[in-house]
Amino acid sequence: MSANIHELIVLNNFPTVEEIRKDFPILSTKVHGNPLIYLDNAATSQKPLQVIEAIDHYYKYENANIHRGVHYLSATATEAYEACRVKVRDFINARSLSEVIFTSGTTDSINLVASSFSRKFLKKGGKILISALEHHSNIVPWQLACEQYEAELVVIPMNHTGELVIEEFYKLLDESVCLVAISHISNSLGTINPVKEMIDAAHALNIPVLLDGAQSIAHQTIDVQALDCDFFTFSAHKILGPTGFGVLYGKEKLLEAMPPWKGGGEMIKTVSFTKTTYNELPFKFEAGTPHIAGGIGLSAAITYLMNLGMDNIEKAEQVLLEKSTYALSQIEGVELIGTSANKASIVSFNVKGVHPYDVGVILDQLGIAVRTGHHCTQPIMDFLGIPGTVRASFCFYNSEEEIYRLDKGIRKAITMLS
Amino acid sequence: MTDTAPIEEIQSLLVEDFSIFDNWMDKYELIIQLGKELPLIDEQFKTDDNIIKGCQSRVWLHAEQIDSKVIFTADSDAIITKGLVSLIVKVLSGHTPKEIVEANLHFIDEIGLQQHLSPTRSNGLLSMIKQMKLFGLAFQIQNTNSQKS
Repeated sequence: MSANIHELIVLNNFPTVEEIRKDFPILSTKVHGNPLIYLDNAATSQKPLQVIEAIDHYYKYENANIHRGVHYLSATATEAYEACRVKVRDFINARSLSEVIFTSGTTDSINLVASSFSRKFLKKGGKILISALEHHSNIVPWQLACEQYEAELVVIPMNHTGELVIEEFYKLLDESVCLVAISHISNSLGTINPVKEMIDAAHALNIPVLLDGAQSIAHQTIDVQALDCDFFTFSAHKILGPTGFGVLYGKEKLLEAMPPWKGGGEMIKTVSFTKTTYNELPFKFEAGTPHIAGGIGLSAAITYLMNLGMDNIEKAEQVLLEKSTYALSQIEGVELIGTSANKASIVSFNVKGVHPYDVGVILDQLGIAVRTGHHCTQPIMDFLGIPGTVRASFCFYNSEEEIYRLDKGIRKAITMLS
Repeated sequence: MTDTAPIEEIQSLLVEDFSIFDNWMDKYELIIQLGKELPLIDEQFKTDDNIIKGCQSRVWLHAEQIDSKVIFTADSDAIITKGLVSLIVKVLSGHTPKEIVEANLHFIDEIGLQQHLSPTRSNGLLSMIKQMKLFGLAFQIQNTNSQKS
């Protein structure tokens, strides 16, 4: 049993949920006349004033293009943007700034690796090992790469509790595998995969591992050195930052060996019509004017999270997970989907005989924002033989009162729909 | 077959039916009721060929022409979608291809359910209406061709 919220508040100086919610203006808005209950955090998180104001301040007082300008504003903007790289390095404990590549998000980060890594390292007849729990963005880029290089995409199966079948992973892991690409935490079911064990096993055969950290970055401390993953990808918008900005962490040796992906400004050293030499890491992979405000927003978001402490956030969210899982399991007709013992604060469920879409429509009328459907993980739904699920995903700014209202809302939906 | 009232008239009646509700819950309860009541489509037509895939819910649509009128039957796996499907079928089924092609479906907006027709909802409803109009168009062309030959 994890610590309860009150212990957290007393022991670690963690603010109360009421205090935290004051930082998020959207949480006090109304939807269809009811107070908004935002439980779609696995899709995107809400933004605190600190992030909104940092972006606002940048556009009001610091806006300029970066890295090239000699003038004052350009230098100021460059400094603010590059400060984000330092923040990210510290946040995920990367060794150096060269290992932190800015992208437009997780999908872009995975596509970068799928294109550039594959060009260098994916051999004909080679294999890319992914898992049955992947989001489409960690499936399709690899399908494209495998098609191009006549390689094979191999899938680690899952079981009905929503966990990977690790014995099968060991069977599939052999010298023909060029890369293992797996999600750290499932966005549909919340399962936390045993990634450390998997990384160590892959490394024993010198196979690099990419972790899709789109979900895990929001729920726990990420230490890429302790994990020893070779790539780690995430999006700013899932951790209180703006959309359209993300990170690819990669081990320097691998990134050095990989060819550039997109061409353009920023990623070059010299250009002539016969020969171009490329810039050093991390800029080699950052073509064009970046999303400068995005970086500045992410900086502010990381500062906010580090002030609260990711360990405290994890504890607070585990309490929300336990309470919501318990509440939902008490409702007759509700079936929890994804029942691994090791989960992040994502609760997927269905109501017997009722389509998830219908539940979502009724909850929406009550002001409760949940996600319904396949959550961009169609293979999981096919495996479980369901059209989709209703997914309530919790963030540390959600309250126990909101779980109570979700509980009431589901009961109301069941009465109306069955 | 009895003559169906004109499309505009059916729409006005539906708007009137819904106008008695002043809260969303009653409105949805009626739609859910409609969804539950009707066996909308013959099982033999619930095939993959007749499926309109939304990201969220699926809709099956079948069309046939009887005495120059197009008869639609449809179904959905989600009950709220099914209720709305039944309303749309009620409005468009039993009319000539020309009337279907030219119909302007404004009643959904007027009863305050336009959110379900948003392309972002991807429940299959918007695609279903498009498909119904395409059927109308196809029958229209077919009829013109058969008159010529």
